[in-house]
Amino acid sequence: MNAVFARPRAMTEQKTHYCPGCTHGIIHRMVAEVIDELGIREDTVGVAPVGCAVFLYNYLDIDMQESAHGRAPAVATGIKRVLPDRIVFTYQGDGDLASIGTAEIIHAAARGENITTVFVNNAIYGMTGGQMAPTTLPGQFTSTSKAGRNTQSAGFPIRVSEMLATLEGATYISRVSVHNPAHVIRAKKALLKAFTVQKQGLGFSMVEVLSTCPTNWGLKPTEALAWLEEKMIPYYPLDEVKNRLEV
Amino acid sequence: MRTLMKGNEAIGEAAVRAGCRCFFGYPITPQNEIPEYLSGRLPEAGGVFLQAESEIAAINMVFGAAGAGARVMTSSSGPGISLKQEGISFLAGAELPCVIVNIMRGGPGLGSIQPGQADYFQATRGGGHGDYRTIVLAPCSVQEMVDFTYWAFELADRYRSPVLVLADGVLGQLMEPVTLPPELKPDNGNKPWATTGCRGRKRNVIKSLYLNPEELEAHNKKLQEKFGLMQREVNRAEKYRVEDAETVLVAFGISARISMAAVEAVREEGIKAGLLRPITLWPFPEGILQSSLPKAKKVLVVEMSAGQMVEDVKLTVSGKLPVYFYGRTGGLLPSAEEIQTQIKLLEVKVSERSLCQA
Ligand SMILES: Cc1ncc(C[n+]2csc(CCOP(=O)(O)OP(=O)(O)O)c2C)c(N)n1
Repeated sequence: MNAVFARPRAMTEQKTHYCPGCTHGIIHRMVAEVIDELGIREDTVGVAPVGCAVFLYNYLDIDMQESAHGRAPAVATGIKRVLPDRIVFTYQGDGDLASIGTAEIIHAAARGENITTVFVNNAIYGMTGGQMAPTTLPGQFTSTSKAGRNTQSAGFPIRVSEMLATLEGATYISRVSVHNPAHVIRAKKALLKAFTVQKQGLGFSMVEVLSTCPTNWGLKPTEALAWLEEKMIPYYPLDEVKNRLEV
Repeated sequence: MRTLMKGNEAIGEAAVRAGCRCFFGYPITPQNEIPEYLSGRLPEAGGVFLQAESEIAAINMVFGAAGAGARVMTSSSGPGISLKQEGISFLAGAELPCVIVNIMRGGPGLGSIQPGQADYFQATRGGGHGDYRTIVLAPCSVQEMVDFTYWAFELADRYRSPVLVLADGVLGQLMEPVTLPPELKPDNGNKPWATTGCRGRKRNVIKSLYLNPEELEAHNKKLQEKFGLMQREVNRAEKYRVEDAETVLVAFGISARISMAAVEAVREEGIKAGLLRPITLWPFPEGILQSSLPKAKKVLVVEMSAGQMVEDVKLTVSGKLPVYFYGRTGGLLPSAEEIQTQIKLLEVKVSERSLCQA
């Protein structure tokens, strides 16, 4: 009998701790599939963020380091500079990457650090219970913007991909979503490209994945998928934002 | 062979000779000669020199490199060392070896770029959040900057722990002849816990998070046992004319060098003074200090701060002798003459003393 669906080799058997409808799990699986497809499981070192995905190292069967909040690109830089022939990636939420760790991601990209970043944008701080993130949409309700994000006082959400794309050192940057199967397939292709860029030594690559947080958005899983499509995508357009070398 | 070297550059060269091929740092006075030296020397030796975007990034690069199995160093001063504290706590929690050099300047805040010793508390109490300590080595000459940097890498690997070299702006700028140690091969091997890609083995995970309270307590217990081991195994101090001394000075680093000159001068005048110079500031060499007081009637602590190490001295002396303090701050060095005056003041009757007991 032919197996048509199986656990990727790069995933452990541990059940994930994520809330129902959260898309971190789908993104984890895609990363594992890409690692398998490129045959790099034993050559890869991952860096987990501080955020809901901190336990990534429980789910991926690869060498991993846990980083301080926002510092994953610096940690990955340290690893990659010591082990230039290994594949090194970070997996970061939007609070981690676009707020406390803004300097680290910008400078890793500016240096053209040959690492890959998986940037999971769910427009909120998941782990700490739903506070406003730098990516929270104007008017979006969070536990620290109870009347909706007021751009007068809280400013505007950051489009990180577009910002990083202006940097010479950034080779490949793409924004994708996982709100339906067709987009999951596209997201996987983008991740494969990003890791391939690194494998070929071409410089910094990042995939921003629009993701859901039904628990902290106060929505049912299916409503969350619809909210992502209707509210997030207009502000965060899905695009291959930068492909410097046409990979 | 003796070579004339500046303290900061000597630290850089000693690191390379200790097999360190990796440095991450951010400019700050008075330690700039360390990164400047290594920016040339490391690439030459096939190593990595990277000027990070901040001290926060630098210490986290150190974390990544240490976790990947490399001998790695960073250096900074004052505000930069404060910024590194979260990272140092993570390094201690995840049990990663590295060497951190602090060429102390005046504080608090931006303070000054003049030398100081007021980071003693920060260095010897861990510095960041949580229950941890780091070994702290205090050189007082360019030769010791070389020797202790070399030693620091050995200790870091032995205990899988960050190790601090705590010097000051005077030592960093000082030119002295030094004998350099033999060059070790960069050895990133023999660290089975390092994350290098899980070729032919189970995966390695480097982390400091233990959400389960029992697990975290067990982890803390293990760390405390290690710190206890350090306390038993790593104790070093220099005794100078303490055997018959009635006044024993305690000072480290550049203050100790000046204090030694003061001890010599008052000895000429028949005053029985001596000096104990702690070399490991943590673990504090309690036993060595206790054994330096056979004839002591009083203790005088001299620091370039408002009084920090004096607390460890008082804890060690434990009320058995009066402990006095003399300090200068602001980047000013205590002069040998000032210290002599303090020693002489202690000779006069208690009622006439203008010195305050610390
Ligand atoms: C220095 C520091 N500040 C704050 C925190 C608390 N904290 C933990 S996770 C987090 C936000 C995570 O949000 P995000 O990066 O968006 O990831 P998500 O949980 O949504 O996946 C914060 C603020 C911390 N651990 N460390």
